[in-house]
Amino acid sequence: MTSNVADEAEDSKPGLFSRMRSGLSKTRSRFVDGIGRAFLGEKEIDDDLLEQIEATLLTSDVGVEATREVITNLTQKIARRALNDSRALFDSLKSELVGLLAASESPLVIDSSKKPFVIVMVGVNGAGKTTSIGKLANLLKQQGKTVMLAAGDTFRAAAVEQLSVWGDRLDLPVISQGNGADSASVIFDAMAAARSRDIDVLIADTAGRLQNKKNLMDELSKINRVLARQDPDAPHAVLLALDAGTGQNAISQAREFQSAVNVTGLILTKLDGTAKGGVIFAIARQLRLPIHFVGVGEKLDDMRAFSAQQFVDALFDDDEFSDVQN
Amino acid sequence: MFESLADRLGATLSSLTGKSRLTEENIQGTLREVRLALLEADVALSVAKDFVEQVSIRAVGQEVSSSLSPGQVFVKIVNEELVRIMGEAEGLNLNTQPPAIILLAGLQGAGKTTSAAKLAYWLKKREKKSVMVVSADVYRPAAIDQLRTLAAEAEVTFCESSPDQKPLDIVRSAVDQAKKQFADVLIVDTAGRLHVDEAMMAEIKQLHDVLSPAETLFVVDSMTGQDAANTAQSFNEVLPLTGVILTKTDGDARGGAALSVRSITGKPIKFMAVGETIDALDAFYPDRIAGRILGMGDVLSLIEEAEQKIDKKKAEKLARKIKKGKKFDLEDFRDQIQQMNNMGGITGMLDKLPGMGKAAQAAQDKMSDNMFGQMEAIINSMTPGERHYPDSINGSRKKRIAGGSGTQIQDINRLLKQHKQMQKMMKKLTKKGGMANMMRGMGGMMQSPGGGMPRG
Repeated sequence: MTSNVADEAEDSKPGLFSRMRSGLSKTRSRFVDGIGRAFLGEKEIDDDLLEQIEATLLTSDVGVEATREVITNLTQKIARRALNDSRALFDSLKSELVGLLAASESPLVIDSSKKPFVIVMVGVNGAGKTTSIGKLANLLKQQGKTVMLAAGDTFRAAAVEQLSVWGDRLDLPVISQGNGADSASVIFDAMAAARSRDIDVLIADTAGRLQNKKNLMDELSKINRVLARQDPDAPHAVLLALDAGTGQNAISQAREFQSAVNVTGLILTKLDGTAKGGVIFAIARQLRLPIHFVGVGEKLDDMRAFSAQQFVDALFDDDEFSDVQN
Repeated sequence: MFESLADRLGATLSSLTGKSRLTEENIQGTLREVRLALLEADVALSVAKDFVEQVSIRAVGQEVSSSLSPGQVFVKIVNEELVRIMGEAEGLNLNTQPPAIILLAGLQGAGKTTSAAKLAYWLKKREKKSVMVVSADVYRPAAIDQLRTLAAEAEVTFCESSPDQKPLDIVRSAVDQAKKQFADVLIVDTAGRLHVDEAMMAEIKQLHDVLSPAETLFVVDSMTGQDAANTAQSFNEVLPLTGVILTKTDGDARGGAALSVRSITGKPIKFMAVGETIDALDAFYPDRIAGRILGMGDVLSLIEEAEQKIDKKKAEKLARKIKKGKKFDLEDFRDQIQQMNNMGGITGMLDKLPGMGKAAQAAQDKMSDNMFGQMEAIINSMTPGERHYPDSINGSRKKRIAGGSGTQIQDINRLLKQHKQMQKMMKKLTKKGGMANMMRGMGGMMQSPGGGMPRG
């Protein structure tokens, strides 16, 4: 008895592809420009071309190590004469990149035998946790699930109010104890309340915290511990909200949060800007974390299932490109 | 936050020591490492390239003939380049007819609202200004509530606004209010916006036109990656920025965004946010940061911080006590621990001491700051008599103290040993410059090999 949150969300909405394309068209990204020039300007493969690919990967936050790996693979293929022209190189590059992310392309699965199915949202300050909760709750509600929210961010000023506004908009119950309350106890109580009200999914907000603050990370582990008292499997999902604009520090964020609270998946937020979120290549490779969703705007339905193909396509998407790609 | 970059450069530079002179060949490797280090630290590609080029041009040439060792020369050049890019330390320019208006702008989640409150507090505390804050963020749920709460915490005037109002109306009435209440400074918080959102960028341009602020500050997350270059550029094109606030610098991000934003906009970084509390805002000293990147430490900031945060009365009391020849007992030790805690704990302090970049990392791995909490708990579990006469603490007393503080006997022994060390240091204190010596003492205590610091 499981259902795939993402699949049902895909219908009748502009896809990630078109959303990101519209974002890209506003400010032509350096990545697309660079690759576009690289592939259209020259048909032959030379060092300049590879250098240009390297530069564009680096400026997308793919990171030194992952970039080096991609380039090395391309170089080897060229040496074996497996790639004849820039078109073949381009295809190879894309499939290489998609390959890096393919394993992370995994939807959020709600196990309906767990009632309530408890989702805890974590992340650094300003990553977009509360907004993502609003969007996720909306998605689940549209699928006919009953949803409850727990205001576990008891630290930041007006965080409870912020979540309550989302609760009002979506007509969902919000369990809170006001600022300064113990976060773990708020979420613990909310889980009990959700159970007695026969709620399908409980989504708990937590305060943003920097991953190097040991005491704050311990506090998160405590949430996990106390929830396990009600259900040994709880929390059933721990989602890390990751700002697409973040640089290489995102790797440390993912690693530290994973070790503190056993993160089960990522939400890549704020992908509607010019940030490419290329750091997820490194995260996918090093930590093998599923990436469930991407956030593409401020509206309730601005969240999409993550698709490796679409993500990479969007990186390269450009009208100038269609000739080369098709 | 910059320690990783410091470590990386440290390693590449040490590989240069021993070379008799700088040549194009023998610096190539180091230059490449510098470039990679900058990229790994999230410095924008174009900025990293320019930087390395400048260093290269200067390194291979007249500099080589100097009497310093090649390693020293290289460090000097890298440092000078960093300092040059980071620019001069600049404060706020609020010399205008009051109310001087400060407009904050930035992406979503950069930390504008928190920075608005911290800045208000800073202006009130340091500059003795009467400050009013207002939120023109009618989009994010409860953004206005957030600023209201923070304003109360900072004890500055909050100008009410509501999500039903237009941002333009909000700021107009806020300026009226500020004039009526004779506020020196009005800080305007705005909604986070993407630089590619034309409507929202037009909105903030309009706010800027109406307000003609004395300062227009771009708030940027120090964890930002390569995109910092794009956003800074775009905001700078739409708004005449006067400076930058770098936020979340208490994280472990390498902070290359600071270099990118500074170099692309040419606008000075005026503040850095260093924590979640209302007072966690520091003036940004570019030269010190450059020094820190090279592992020269940030002694100046540490001393300044010590002056700000160390309870002067307690420190003077202790100094008097020691001068009188009285001994340094466990009560005094506990005061010291609390003072250190106030200064951001061991890692916070190590971070700023010269050559301690790696030590801070190691310290973070091996011991947590909450060991201060443990030490405090141990001392709290003692009787006043035991605190005055630590020698009286025998086996059974140790057992009791360990039980009372939830620690092990070994922890008690360790603490007593550390106290002995501190006592010795205190005896060495001269009459003058007590505080500076004490600071050095603390550093010494932390460095002492196998110094019996409890492992976290």
